Amino acid sequence: MELFRRFGAYFHSYRKYAVLGVLCVISETIFELVIPLIMADLVDIGVASGDTAYIFRQGWKMVACAVLSMGLGVGSARFAALCGHGLAAEIRKAEYRKIQSFSFSNRDRFHTESLVTRMTSDVTTIQNAVTTGMRPGVRSPIMLLTSICMSFLISPKLAVVFLVAAPVLGFALFQIVSRVRPLYTRMQGAVDQVNRIVRENLTAVRVVKAYVRGDYESAKFLEVNEDLRAISDRSFRLAALNMPAMQLVMYATILAILWIGGNMIVQGQLLVGKLTGFLSYVLQVLNSLMLMSNVFLLLTRAMASGRRILEVMDEEIDITDEKAEPVAVERGEIRFDHVSFQYRTGAAEYVLRDVDLTIGAGETVGIIGGTGSAKSTLVQLIPRLYEATEGTVLVDGRPVDRYPLVHLRDAVAMVLQKNTLFSGTVEENLRWGKADATEEEIREACRVACVDEFIDRLEKEYQTELGQGGVNVSGGQKQRLCIARALLKRPKVLILDDSTSAVDMVTEAKIREGLAAYLPHTTKIIIAQRITSVLHADKIVILNDGRVDDVGTHWELLDRSRIYQEIYHSQQEGAGL
Amino acid sequence: MAMTKPMSYKRPEDLKGTLLRLLRYLGAHKLSLAAVAVMVVLSSMANIFGTYLLRPVIRDFIEPGDMEGLGRMVLKMAAMYGAGALCTLGYNQLMVRTAQQVVAQIRRDLFLHTQILPLKYFDGHTHGELMSHFTNDVDAISEALNNSFTLLIQSFVMVTGTITMLLVLDPQLTLIVLFFLALMLLFILYSSRSSKKYFHQQQACLADLNGFVEEMVAGQKVEKIFNHEAADFAAFCEKNEALRRAGTRAVSYSGMMVPTVVSLSYFNYAVSACVGGLFVLAGLTDIASLSPYLVYVRQSAMPMNQLTQQANFFLSALSGAERIFRMMDEPPEVDQGKITLVRGETGPDGTWRETEKGAFAWRKPDGSLVPLRGDVRFHDVRFGYVPEKTVLRDVSLYAKPGQKIAFVGSTGAGKTTIINLITRFYEIDRGTITYDGLDLREIRKADLRRSLSVVVQDTHLFTGTIADNIRYGRLEATDEEVRQAAVLANADSFIRRLPDGYDTMLVGDGDNLSQGQRQLLAIARAAVARPPVFILDEATSSIDTRTEKLIERGLDRLMEGRTVFVIAHRLSTVRNANAIMVVEGGKIIERGDHEELLSQRGRYFQLYTGQAELS
Repeated sequence: MELFRRFGAYFHSYRKYAVLGVLCVISETIFELVIPLIMADLVDIGVASGDTAYIFRQGWKMVACAVLSMGLGVGSARFAALCGHGLAAEIRKAEYRKIQSFSFSNRDRFHTESLVTRMTSDVTTIQNAVTTGMRPGVRSPIMLLTSICMSFLISPKLAVVFLVAAPVLGFALFQIVSRVRPLYTRMQGAVDQVNRIVRENLTAVRVVKAYVRGDYESAKFLEVNEDLRAISDRSFRLAALNMPAMQLVMYATILAILWIGGNMIVQGQLLVGKLTGFLSYVLQVLNSLMLMSNVFLLLTRAMASGRRILEVMDEEIDITDEKAEPVAVERGEIRFDHVSFQYRTGAAEYVLRDVDLTIGAGETVGIIGGTGSAKSTLVQLIPRLYEATEGTVLVDGRPVDRYPLVHLRDAVAMVLQKNTLFSGTVEENLRWGKADATEEEIREACRVACVDEFIDRLEKEYQTELGQGGVNVSGGQKQRLCIARALLKRPKVLILDDSTSAVDMVTEAKIREGLAAYLPHTTKIIIAQRITSVLHADKIVILNDGRVDDVGTHWELLDRSRIYQEIYHSQQEGAGL
Repeated sequence: MAMTKPMSYKRPEDLKGTLLRLLRYLGAHKLSLAAVAVMVVLSSMANIFGTYLLRPVIRDFIEPGDMEGLGRMVLKMAAMYGAGALCTLGYNQLMVRTAQQVVAQIRRDLFLHTQILPLKYFDGHTHGELMSHFTNDVDAISEALNNSFTLLIQSFVMVTGTITMLLVLDPQLTLIVLFFLALMLLFILYSSRSSKKYFHQQQACLADLNGFVEEMVAGQKVEKIFNHEAADFAAFCEKNEALRRAGTRAVSYSGMMVPTVVSLSYFNYAVSACVGGLFVLAGLTDIASLSPYLVYVRQSAMPMNQLTQQANFFLSALSGAERIFRMMDEPPEVDQGKITLVRGETGPDGTWRETEKGAFAWRKPDGSLVPLRGDVRFHDVRFGYVPEKTVLRDVSLYAKPGQKIAFVGSTGAGKTTIINLITRFYEIDRGTITYDGLDLREIRKADLRRSLSVVVQDTHLFTGTIADNIRYGRLEATDEEVRQAAVLANADSFIRRLPDGYDTMLVGDGDNLSQGQRQLLAIARAAVARPPVFILDEATSSIDTRTEKLIERGLDRLMEGRTVFVIAHRLSTVRNANAIMVVEGGKIIERGDHEELLSQRGRYFQLYTGQAELS
């Protein structure tokens, strides 16, 4: 019930359609009950008395009723559609909003593929329950009630049979529903797995093809496919037990009534005509029950999906604006105050350990260190993509969680190591940095990021369509587009996380010089592998295994840091000019 | 940010073709379906006959007070009903089972087809859009198969049964019923056809939304950094609204069928009643048989009613199937190669035998062997990803066996493209590529790729353990070989520090590993494959230079005598290459070894001294 209340909230703007839809179904049902009465009069009065005019009058009445009920039926279908799809749209919207606010540790608990199914497949189930369940869901109880009333009116004694049949039916249904519910949940889980394999094969299609692993991947797929088949088979077959169970009870009831009714007639307690009438209502009752149980199964499935959706909605967001004060970043000074970090609380190892570091406003700082030394992790703490496990990250002397996320992230631009471009044109991608950027601004940012060097070689320049992940530009071009996108923000802090690795040295130098002029007062943090990328920095931080090993200028470090010397030499060796 | 791609709604609406193909899938389960059909017929007959019997039972046993006879009759009916219920149980169970097998088969065929589609196809579609086929479209089919097939037969039986009863009671009046039933059927067919396009839109919108969600969830870090949530949400809402509209339209349209058919049945009822009444007055029939007749008239509409209620499932399924079949009809990668890769050695008697560890060779269709040496040549190759834009212009190059060939040049110059052509990820427009003197197109694609080990620019890992991911290069590699490859790639030390070492599970493309660590794993994966030809495309771009040096030494040892193609920006890593090709604007503008190129004082010199000058 909690579930219904929760989802009821998404109904708000569609409530009127729900009410209208229900009203339509009710009136339609009433017409359906009225038409046989008109018919009875037609035969019993009209035909019996030979009154042709009466017959036609009744005939027209029936036609009028039919037209009216058609109107109502069309209305109810329309309203049910509006409701179902409206509700689905609202749920998807709310879910999307929620997922947008997820931190990465929130996301880790679900996995991408599952989040996608929870937004599409699960929502469709709920939508189907509303659009196809509304009509029978409203109609059958009415039919049921009227039929039961009628049969009690005819013979209360005979109607007692229902009192036996109903609990039996209820019990059977309960057994089925309570067993099938967990199965439905597992079934959606299996859908996630199919999605996962498909998704991995799409993202890593080049790897699969290069290693000729089509068969291997197919085998993996067949496994999850079989799992999904097996669990769907189990769930649906269990749910399908509903039909024969209903039929069995229905038939037993009919026979019981026939027997008991027959005995009553023989004992003179019941008239034959009444038994015939009674039986037709019995059929009505049982039919309604059957329809209702189908609605029930639809609901059960919807509830399993609903629960999965609520899991998303109820996930507690761990990076929030809770402590935020309405301030913006002014200068861009950054301080790591004894910061330690681990991706999962309680993990044995710390990724960052006791990092204590100050980066002055407007400074250019290089970060260098071995593979896996947590360079990227360190800088991702600044725009609060992750939160420090211990210690504090401060910007302009204020802990980062004291800024509203929007302001903080507005002030910090970051070019990720693993770049992401989105499907859409080049220009649309660039406008992520500044939605209302003028053409002039875009061109300038592109000039600084050396995008202008290749833009004219793209098919339609700024209007070139990029596929998902920017598949149709080269690695270096992608990196430069990402830099341009970040520059358009004109941030207070600019973080370049190894974002020129696929760009040649000359271009990289050009970009660096351009940056200094384009953003003179911006704090710049440059993570790089090449010493040449950082040697002009005001200071260079050496990270080793999650700790700050040393900080100094190029010459200082060259003088005293063994790690730096090694890196330097590894890049100088044989450069011999 | 308008990410809307033009969605083509106007597809050839081939209802019949789709249906036939769907039926072909069902055809594999002929026996089960026949059994289902028989059981449906039996179960429906039990139901109809039972209802029919009620009246005679009352008339013949209850009215005369024959309780013994009634008891016998009730028992007989119980037996019949019991059999009916049993059949219902049987067909429901069997149908679900068959339906799920069919659906699994469709998913399987779809997946197998994605495995043979060319890369070009994937470049043009978002992942979520393609994933939608596997979930939303297949779901729609599953939904319909679970119920619609049996309902179809059931309705058919009901209609036939009722019409028979009507004919028995009054053949003339039945003409009216037949007329109306035909009218209903025509209406159902007509409106299915016209509402199908709305269902098509619905499935297309769903795929579009799926694609968007997938892409945004995958790129969430960027979204956060750019505070782009609001803009994306707006774009999402647009797509969401489009789906809502399409869905509402589809369902309202198909939902109109039910009430229309219901009221047609009332018309039928009314007309039958009036005409029947007149018949009675004219003495053509008697009033006593009119009432039961009218009851059956009313019943005759029930199956139609049931059918129309299934309409939206049925129509969703058809559009889902149509979309799936369209993807299955996408032409697969061209592969007419007949030359295969074999391993073997010449025995002491001079005959060549296949052995597990022998030398690689190409086996031509005529049985002759060409030793694999790694001699790759491009002759005036021209290529563009799209016809309008040529990326490579008349490229000619050669790699002598055992050489280390490096491609350098500015980004976007076409280096990765050259690699993409060697692996035959894309087809060239003009010219030829030969491999050990054989036309690349003559070599079976799988064998061609098996002879190459490629480390691509974008590292992708799979869900599974670290060891599984390395073993991807050669599935039969032993644990020790996996470890050795990791040592060679310098990944061993970081792997051993992970909580479960080589058994650490990676999820979500190995998101919690650093980019550099992922590259180390990719190199280990390539190393464990031990192929005759190696291709490294920016394989070490995120790896620190000290580690890179160590890997390089390891790789040099591993690849001794093998042909290696390297793309790198750090020129220090290509200095020792036998031949360096400078690619610029889709052409090779310089070639030679390091010393030669430097002495030419051309582009390479510029690139190289660019570094030197800066340091």
